[in-house]
Amino acid sequence: MIDEIFLSQLKQSVDLFLPETILVATFIIALIFDLIYKNSRYLIAVISIIGLVFSGIFLVNQSTSSAAIFSGMLSFDPFGNFFKILILLTTIIIVLMSVFSKELYEGGRKTGEYYILIVGMTFGMFLLAVANNLIIVYLAIETMSISSYILAGYTKEIKRASEASLKYVIFGAVSSGMMIYGISLIYGLTGSLTFDAINSAMISSDISGLTLLIAGLMIIAGIGYKISAVPFHFWTPDVYEGAPITITAYLSVASKAAGFAVLIRFLKVSFFDSTNYANDEIWTLIGTIDWQIVIAILSVLTMTLGNLVALWQTNMKRLLAYSSIAHAGYILMGVVVMTDIGVTSVLIYFFVYMIMNLGAFLVVMIIANKTGNEDIQKYNGIGHKAPFVSACMVIFLISLTGLPPTAGFIGKWAVFTAVLKSEYIWLAVVGVLNSVVSLYYYVKIFRNMYIRNFEDDSEIYEFSPGTYILLIILAVPTLIFGIYFTPLLDWAESSVKIFLGV
Amino acid sequence: MFTILGVGPLTWITFLPIVSMIILLLIPSGRDEKSKMVSHILFRWLTVLTTFLQLLLALAIYFNFDFGLTGINQQSTMQFVERVRWIEIQNLPLLGNLKIDYFVGIDGLSAPMVLLTAIVCFAASFASFGIEKGVKGYFAMYLLLDTGMMGVFVALDFFLFYVFWEVMLLPMYFLIGIWGGPRKEYAAIKFFLYTLLGSVFMLLVMIALYFAVGTFNMFDMMDPSKYDPSSILAGADTFWRYVAFAALFIGFAIKVPSVPFHTWLPDAHVEAPTPISVILAGVLLKMGTYGMLRISWPMFPDAVRYFQDYIAFVGMVSIVYGALCALGQHKVGKRDFKKLIAYSSVSHMGYVVLGMAAMNPEGMIGAIFQMFNHGIITSMLFMIVGVIYDRAHTRGLDDFGGLANKMPVYTGIMAIAFFGAIGLPGLSSFISEFLVFVGAFKTYPVLTIISGSGIILGAGYMLWTLQKVFFGKLPERWAGPWDPTGKKYKHDDLMPVEYAALVPLAIIIIYLGIYPIPITDLMNTSINHLIDFVKTTGSFAAHL
Repeated sequence: MIDEIFLSQLKQSVDLFLPETILVATFIIALIFDLIYKNSRYLIAVISIIGLVFSGIFLVNQSTSSAAIFSGMLSFDPFGNFFKILILLTTIIIVLMSVFSKELYEGGRKTGEYYILIVGMTFGMFLLAVANNLIIVYLAIETMSISSYILAGYTKEIKRASEASLKYVIFGAVSSGMMIYGISLIYGLTGSLTFDAINSAMISSDISGLTLLIAGLMIIAGIGYKISAVPFHFWTPDVYEGAPITITAYLSVASKAAGFAVLIRFLKVSFFDSTNYANDEIWTLIGTIDWQIVIAILSVLTMTLGNLVALWQTNMKRLLAYSSIAHAGYILMGVVVMTDIGVTSVLIYFFVYMIMNLGAFLVVMIIANKTGNEDIQKYNGIGHKAPFVSACMVIFLISLTGLPPTAGFIGKWAVFTAVLKSEYIWLAVVGVLNSVVSLYYYVKIFRNMYIRNFEDDSEIYEFSPGTYILLIILAVPTLIFGIYFTPLLDWAESSVKIFLGV
Repeated sequence: MFTILGVGPLTWITFLPIVSMIILLLIPSGRDEKSKMVSHILFRWLTVLTTFLQLLLALAIYFNFDFGLTGINQQSTMQFVERVRWIEIQNLPLLGNLKIDYFVGIDGLSAPMVLLTAIVCFAASFASFGIEKGVKGYFAMYLLLDTGMMGVFVALDFFLFYVFWEVMLLPMYFLIGIWGGPRKEYAAIKFFLYTLLGSVFMLLVMIALYFAVGTFNMFDMMDPSKYDPSSILAGADTFWRYVAFAALFIGFAIKVPSVPFHTWLPDAHVEAPTPISVILAGVLLKMGTYGMLRISWPMFPDAVRYFQDYIAFVGMVSIVYGALCALGQHKVGKRDFKKLIAYSSVSHMGYVVLGMAAMNPEGMIGAIFQMFNHGIITSMLFMIVGVIYDRAHTRGLDDFGGLANKMPVYTGIMAIAFFGAIGLPGLSSFISEFLVFVGAFKTYPVLTIISGSGIILGAGYMLWTLQKVFFGKLPERWAGPWDPTGKKYKHDDLMPVEYAALVPLAIIIIYLGIYPIPITDLMNTSINHLIDFVKTTGSFAAHL
């Protein structure tokens, strides 16, 4: 009798776990093919794409299901599904980008493992997006981190790449150490590691506020490291600068997405009264600690520091690294609100951020393929040498600043709407002032492209048609979602439900 | 309302430039000299044609305009209305039903601005013939800017208004940044940052207003009964309403620009190429004051009445300070002709702010008529500077003298603009400035008397300039012909393209100076209604 229930639950779990299973299968098949066809240039990339697309088809199919699987270890819900689709889209674009990357293939480097590791990392992020248990969170973070440590140093003969990789490992080890310590404290306090069990323990018994604060902060530190929130951001500029551009782009979007998914789920399921959740509008905080203030402080620090330091950067990868720190700050504003509207705005912003940020990195890669480095001085006159690429770059940068009629504006608008709705006016003012500051360094890029040395020589860069197609794939939605954003809002709104356990 | 191909005239007038821009981008600019030249001619005349069609549309709108309808706060009395649902999402749990409309229409407040935009853009497209590098990009940006400006004046949905307002920034940045003078980088980024700073505050107020009324429709935002009592902007004379008004006012004042938010303007003007200076002074500055009348005044009538005195003071300071700075250009700095006119703009836009603060029919009509006149006159002044700068490659006030002998026709046309700027009776700005002073004197006698010194200072700097540049003795260096090869300038006086740009504007200045009814009647009904509306709603709200 018991076995039958267990079996049927297991069957349901395995069914829902299909996209992840496909990723694991892809990982293994690609590994085998890599052993057989050692010298093939694009084969593994193709296999990865096929695996990812298949996984995506099953993901889209289960976008409405909501269930706890594997005995409550994972919760599959529209919220997790949104982030998984986001991560998957990012992965596909990154794999396509990598095919055109010059630095990856330089000197006939073997790139089979590169794509395999990306698939492995995707698997880790998928788990993180749906994890409902702190041990799973920890395991998922380690799965994605270990892959990303190697990927960051993939161009290992370049000194700064090895340095980046090493720094990443050291910072990663420290933060996961902190996190696991926080997890053990939580276990001591509540006797459980599952989010909903933590929640019920907190409702039923009195828990020491200070210890909980310390434990919570340590876990947030571990997640904050993944989303590069200040003050856990120290690794970001160095790793982003040293890693191959494709990996920088990947880290700045996908691993942040996974981090935000787990942050929101952890805060919401653990610390908000699930019994009083009939009215979606109000999330009632339990316990004595005001997590909203904690996240608000984190958000202000993150966007302000990110923007102010970005002003002085002269390396494009570093500049975009700080810009991505600032964007994490804007997204955290949506988390501060801690209502469904806040989560909706986070989802909208993240989708938009994915498109425009990948676009900006793609342009950086395309230009680095030609000029050999990412120095902002090298961008002088690019507007004349590569008119189409530069025009796309302007669209991405304007979108990153948050000006209409681009998608970035819709993201900013959604976040500020959420913040004003809950009457955090000071936070909204800090946010808009920050976006004015950010304008300066984004403009600096297209100032160099168009204003400096414009038409001083007649050399015209030629690019492969594939890069143009990729550019269009990213630039068109950046404009379309700025003008017609109904589908985006609809999708985000229907994905806001977080599964709260049985 | 008439339609063309089933689409209303306001949509045509707004999006025609975008259509042309797409056509223009599809024309290759050519690699060798000859095909380059052909394509440049094509780009120029395509832009002229577009702006000419726009002008025709504006005139058609003008002649079909019903002068008796009030507009301002009701859709039923707006004209040429087009309203299409743009974004609609039902039952968002927390945003309610999100509805954003593509909603355009004009009334007596926006009609003069639409006309002005069409006139200035047409004239400036001739002034753009001097652009030599990156011609394709220049005209593409020019047309995009045109759409943004027109859109701001016709939008009746706040979201749409905001989108148009921001769309303008990027082309303006490039137009100053790429085709500007030596300090173009600095001027362009300064312009961009200042205006963005103003508009982000507008964004926050827009979102707060949305939560108060549940739509982005401007008319709903003007109706106190539509406000949700629990929202922070509900009620009247509350702290947050004052804060919201102040935030909006700063956003618009940066654009006007009123002292102390004016410092971007001289830089932008000095560095911008001639046609862009023309558009900047002719149209862009009017957006600030237009925004105040379209948005701040009717949506926050209680706050307007509270801040009225301060706004009048800001107007007075702008008039006097701007005039003093303009006068100072004769003595200090680089003695730049363009900078002088830039500061005179600050001063003349001060009259508009003063007239608006007076809140009586004379002051208000004077203010909007002054917006129109300043647009025409300052456009002309910048083109006049452009004419000699193109020839002599300098704009120093001390570098010239006796140009009247060398360029008699030019001097004659120039005199109309100069005396227009001074406010000589018989020219259009006399009437508007007179009305502003009459209106302002009723409410603020002391401030108006002080502001009167602006007229005297204005006469001072303008006449001084006239004397220095056009009368007296021609310096040795300009004795010969401008262009010894005779290729570009066949003779010393104006070229046909320059006539095309300058003469129509001069005719408008004289015509409206003698017979201002065509413009004043256009706005009369709406402005009276606006004043009544602000006064009654403001006092009604005060009794809540």
